[in-house]
Amino acid sequence: MIHSPDDRVLTEQGLTAERGGRILAIACGALAHEILALKAVNGWDHLDLQCLPANLHLWPDRIPAAVEEAVKKRKDAYEAVYVLYADCGTGGQLLHKCKKLGVEMLEGPHCYSFFEGNVLFAEKAETEITAFYLTDFLVRQFDAFVWRPMGFDRHPELIPMMFGNYTKLVYQAQTDDPALDAKAADCAARLGLAYERRLTGYGDLETSLRRFAAT
Amino acid sequence: MADEEDIILSELSDDELVLQMHDDLYDGLKEEIEEGVTILLERGWTPYDVLTKALVEGMTIVGADFRDGILFVPEVLLAANAMKAGMAILKPLLAETGAPRMGKMVIGTVKGDIHDIGKNLVSMMMEGAGFEVVDLGINNAVEKYLEALETEKPDILGMSALLTTTMPYMKVVIDTLKEKGMREDYIVLVGGAPLNEEFGRAIGADAYCRDAAVAVETAKTLVSRKHNQMKA
Repeated sequence: MIHSPDDRVLTEQGLTAERGGRILAIACGALAHEILALKAVNGWDHLDLQCLPANLHLWPDRIPAAVEEAVKKRKDAYEAVYVLYADCGTGGQLLHKCKKLGVEMLEGPHCYSFFEGNVLFAEKAETEITAFYLTDFLVRQFDAFVWRPMGFDRHPELIPMMFGNYTKLVYQAQTDDPALDAKAADCAARLGLAYERRLTGYGDLETSLRRFAAT
Repeated sequence: MADEEDIILSELSDDELVLQMHDDLYDGLKEEIEEGVTILLERGWTPYDVLTKALVEGMTIVGADFRDGILFVPEVLLAANAMKAGMAILKPLLAETGAPRMGKMVIGTVKGDIHDIGKNLVSMMMEGAGFEVVDLGINNAVEKYLEALETEKPDILGMSALLTTTMPYMKVVIDTLKEKGMREDYIVLVGGAPLNEEFGRAIGADAYCRDAAVAVETAKTLVSRKHNQMKA
């Protein structure tokens, strides 16, 4: 059993696969805490988790190949393998790859959508186009995923160029954590955006994982 | 920065200055670019030569290094910001001196999408290459594109999207053009991070452009082909 993996490790290296289960979930490192929490609370000991580095999202075109490599490497050792990624900016390439590999993946365009619930998120899409979203993981890793890669630490003058069209930051909270709430509010302030917190829980991630675990 | 390393731009020869401006553009040094542009103009360079030899060539190096993963979005934006400052000086002069015109483009980010970094880079590089660009901004519905096409009568329609949820809207625009019998009147170029050539073909665009430099080259090729076809 793996407990509380380090966010930095999840960002840069991912999570080495657990062993002993009959079902394997290959997931984005940004989902590790949530999946492990669901595993623990539901007693899904037959479900092993392997995470790819979350920072693959900085180069979404690399995700399909990374997923393919992980699936091919472990597929024969399991009764079923599931890919816990949404489209994640791959423009349908990940779905195409998963179909070829014969594995199922999560529905939806990205984690903001499935955490909120894909149907609900799609309904809100037109009225929320100026919203920038953060999840629990991204609030904790804001500097690694937003502030530093966007160069804002060195060139704050880039903030209006990159965020000038956004109006608010929506923190989609998976857990009820006042410290993360305060940090998310600070992220919004640093970007010059209004702030809204929305407790989503695990949304469609939980629904899908429950189905996968019942295989 | 140590004083002894400071370079006095006005003391450089023309060739040295142009190379230095390529470096300054690469480093996103806006004020140095403004100074370099002014110096070259004072030395009698035409605004068109300053634009193409100092700015566009410099930005092409930036674009190539971005494509090769050497530079990242922040560096490209800083370089673009510097080039924009240089172009602000040149633009009114280019209008006066009659620089060569390659064609006209209407460009905009599609409905539901507010991301405009790539689109703005394409606009700027297209202007640098001699195209007149009408930028519709972000979140454009099909009606907005149609209105602009009828008013501006461009050679090219450019559409941009960053989100996988909004990129299918490009097909809505292209299908509407087909329904109205207008599709063949324009070259349609599409771009944006989640797009690829296959998607461009599937929605009926003339080309998918992976970055601003490719957009410029594709636009030049297709506009020249269109003009040749019209002559034939």
